[in-house]
Amino acid sequence: MLHTLAVLVENNPGVLIRVAGLFTRRGYNIDSLTVCQTEDTELSRMTIVVNGDDQIIEQVRNQLSKLVVVHSVSDLTGESAVDRELALIRIQVSAETRSAVLQTVDIFRGRVVDMGRTNITVELTGDIPKIDAFVHAIQPYGLLELVRTGKVAILRSEA
Amino acid sequence: MSEEKAGIKGATILLNALQQEGVDVIFGYPGGVLLPLYDALLDSPIRHVLGRHEQGIVFAADGYSRVTGKVGVCLGTSGPGATNLVTGIANAFLDSIPLVVLTGQVSTGSIGSDSFQEVDIIGITMPITKHSYLVKDPRELPRIVKEAFYIARTGRPGPVLIDLPKDVLAQENVVPFSNEMKLKGYKVFGQANNGKIEEVAKVLSESRKPVLYAGGGVVTAGAEDVLRLFADKTAVPVVTTLMGIGSLPLEHPNSLGMVGMHGTVTANYAVDDCDLLIAVGVRFDDRVTSGMGHRFATKAKVVHIDIDPVEISKVVKTEIQIVGDARQVLAEILEALPGFANPDVTDWWNQLRDWREKNTIQYDKDRLTPPMVMECLGEIAGGDTIVTTDVGQHQMWAAQYYPTVNPRNYATSSGLGVMGYGLPAAIGAQIARPKDKVVLITGDGSFQMSIQELGTIAQNKLPVKIILLNNGVLGMVRQMQKMFYNERYSQIELQGNPDFVKVAEAYGIRGISVNSADQVRGALEEAFKHPGPVLVDITISEHENVLPMVPPGKDITEMIVR
Repeated sequence: MLHTLAVLVENNPGVLIRVAGLFTRRGYNIDSLTVCQTEDTELSRMTIVVNGDDQIIEQVRNQLSKLVVVHSVSDLTGESAVDRELALIRIQVSAETRSAVLQTVDIFRGRVVDMGRTNITVELTGDIPKIDAFVHAIQPYGLLELVRTGKVAILRSEA
Repeated sequence: MSEEKAGIKGATILLNALQQEGVDVIFGYPGGVLLPLYDALLDSPIRHVLGRHEQGIVFAADGYSRVTGKVGVCLGTSGPGATNLVTGIANAFLDSIPLVVLTGQVSTGSIGSDSFQEVDIIGITMPITKHSYLVKDPRELPRIVKEAFYIARTGRPGPVLIDLPKDVLAQENVVPFSNEMKLKGYKVFGQANNGKIEEVAKVLSESRKPVLYAGGGVVTAGAEDVLRLFADKTAVPVVTTLMGIGSLPLEHPNSLGMVGMHGTVTANYAVDDCDLLIAVGVRFDDRVTSGMGHRFATKAKVVHIDIDPVEISKVVKTEIQIVGDARQVLAEILEALPGFANPDVTDWWNQLRDWREKNTIQYDKDRLTPPMVMECLGEIAGGDTIVTTDVGQHQMWAAQYYPTVNPRNYATSSGLGVMGYGLPAAIGAQIARPKDKVVLITGDGSFQMSIQELGTIAQNKLPVKIILLNNGVLGMVRQMQKMFYNERYSQIELQGNPDFVKVAEAYGIRGISVNSADQVRGALEEAFKHPGPVLVDITISEHENVLPMVPPGKDITEMIVR
C-alpha cells in the first residue's frame, strides 16, 4: 500500500540525490516526492509517498534513517495525519461548456487563476482522492494540462 | 594583520586534524591537485607510504584497519587517482571497514567544468560510502575531519570520503573554525535492548539444538573473548562466516568451522537442523544462505543481534531482534544466564560429533595439495601470524585450514571478493604491526592484479611472506566450469605467467620455488627464517577443487563433497 513518509533532512546541496539515490539503489519506487524548507532554516522536509508492504516500508525507513543527512523519518500514513496536494489544471472551454466547467470548479471549491479565450486554469487543493475526482469530472470537457505538487502531510495534533 | 599572521595553510590544517585523530600513517599517491598537501606533508610527523597504484593504497589502508581496529587512511589525487580508489572503497563498504578516504579535487572554481583530471568522485562513490564531504572552505576542515573519523568508526563502520579541492588545500593564512561536530542526523545504535536479553536467555535454556552463528560484527565489537566465554559456559556450538574467522579458533571444542558455500559439512548440517540460531554480527549473506533466506535454518527460532537495524529481518525472518553492539549484548546475555538452566545439548553434541566423524574431508598428506600446504604453513607460521588472502580457491583453502586464533590477524575480501586485495592488505598489516609476522596467501591470478605492489614491499623493506599457490589457471572459475558447465573451460588459462621467483628477485625479494610435497616444509621454514620478504612459488595441480561446495540454488545441506 501507499505510505507517506515525512523525512527531515539537512538543508544542504546533495541531500536530495542521497535520498533519491537510495531509492533507486535498493529498488524502492517513489510515487511522489516534495521538498521544501521548514520553520528551521537548517532543515528541509521531504514528503515521500512510497509503495510497499510493511516489511519494505520498514526497510525504507531504516535505510533512510541511516543516512547521515537524515534527522528523522516518520510514517504519516493513516488517520493520524492530514495530507494535501495542490494541482493546477488547464481545461478547454467553449461558449457551450464554460458554465458547466465553472460549476464543476465551484463544486470542488477550486479557484480560477487564469482565463483565456479557449481555456481556463484552475487551482485546486485537497487530498489526493479529491483531486483525482475533479480530474475525472473535468475530463469530458477537455483536460489540456495537469500539474500536481505531490502530497504534503503533517501529523494531527493530539486531541 | 596580527590575525592574518596567526593563520595557517589549508593543507596544514588538514594534517593537524588528522594528527588529532591519531593518524600515524597515510597510504597515498601524489598528483597535480595534491601538490600543496604533499608539500605540507614534508613538515608533518605523519608517515606517508607510497603505493604503486591507488587501488593498492586503499587496500593497504583497509588491511591496516582490519589488523588494528583503527581507521585506515588513504589519499589519492583527483580524476584517475580517485576512480582507482573506487574498488577499494566498495570493498571496505561491503565488509564494514572504517576508512577515511581523502581525494584531491580540482579547484572550487573549476568544479563542474570537466577540467583536467576532474571527476565527481562524491557522486561516483555515493552508493559505496557511509558518508562523504566536499570541502569548500578550509576553515571547516577540523570539524569535517573529526566527523569523518567519528562516522567511519562508530556504529556499523564504513568508508567516509573527503574530497579536497586544490584551492582549499593551497589557501594560506586560514584561521580554522572549531572542530565541534554537527551531526544531528547521525544515529549510533550502541545500547542493548534490555527487555530482550532475558528472552534470549530463556529460549536458549529451553533449546536442545542451539547454534551460534558469528560474523564480522563480533570482530568489529572486539567480542571474541565474550563469545569464547559464552561458548564455554553454554556448550553451544559455534559456526562462523568468512568475516568471523578467528572469532572462535578452529581448535576450540565448540567450533564447527565456517558455514555456507564452502563451509564444513557439520556446520551446514547444524545450521539446517538447529532449533535455535543465535546470529551475532552477521547479515545472512548469500554465500551463507545460498541466497535463499526462506530455506535457511527453517526449524530454528532465530535471534538476530546486529548494530545495524537495517540488517534485522532483511533476509531471514527473526523471532528476537536486538539492535546493539555484539560485545555488549553478548555480555548482557552472559549475565542473564545464571537465572536459567543450561540447555541440555548432550544429544545434540552426539549428533554433531557423528556428523563430524563421518564428514571430515581426508586428504593425502604425502601429496602436494593445498590443504597440506595450509596445514604445514599453520604449523610453521603459527596461529598468531597475520594472514591476508586474495580471492579464489586459495582464499577458501586458507579459510578452511589455516588455524587463525585471533580475528584481528585475518584480512580477506569477503563481501566484494576482490582479486588483488591480498598483497596491498599485507603491506598495510605489516606497516600497522611491524613486529608481527605477516603472510599473504595468494594465487597466480589474484597476485597479478596487484603484482606492482612488490615495489612498495621492496621500498619499505617489509618482511611479508608471500605464499603463492600457482596452478596456472583461474582455479575457482575453472572449478565452477568443471562442476556446472560440463567442463567447457572458457578463458581460465593464464598462459604467459611470468617466472614469479624471478619477478620477486627483480624487486630484490627472495624467491623460492616448490614443486613437490617434500619441499614444502623446508621452503616455508626457510621463508620464515629469512629476515626480509620472501615469495614461495608453490606449483599445485589445476585439478584441485575447493570442497565442500554448495552448488548455486541448492540448500546448504546439498553439498558436493568429493
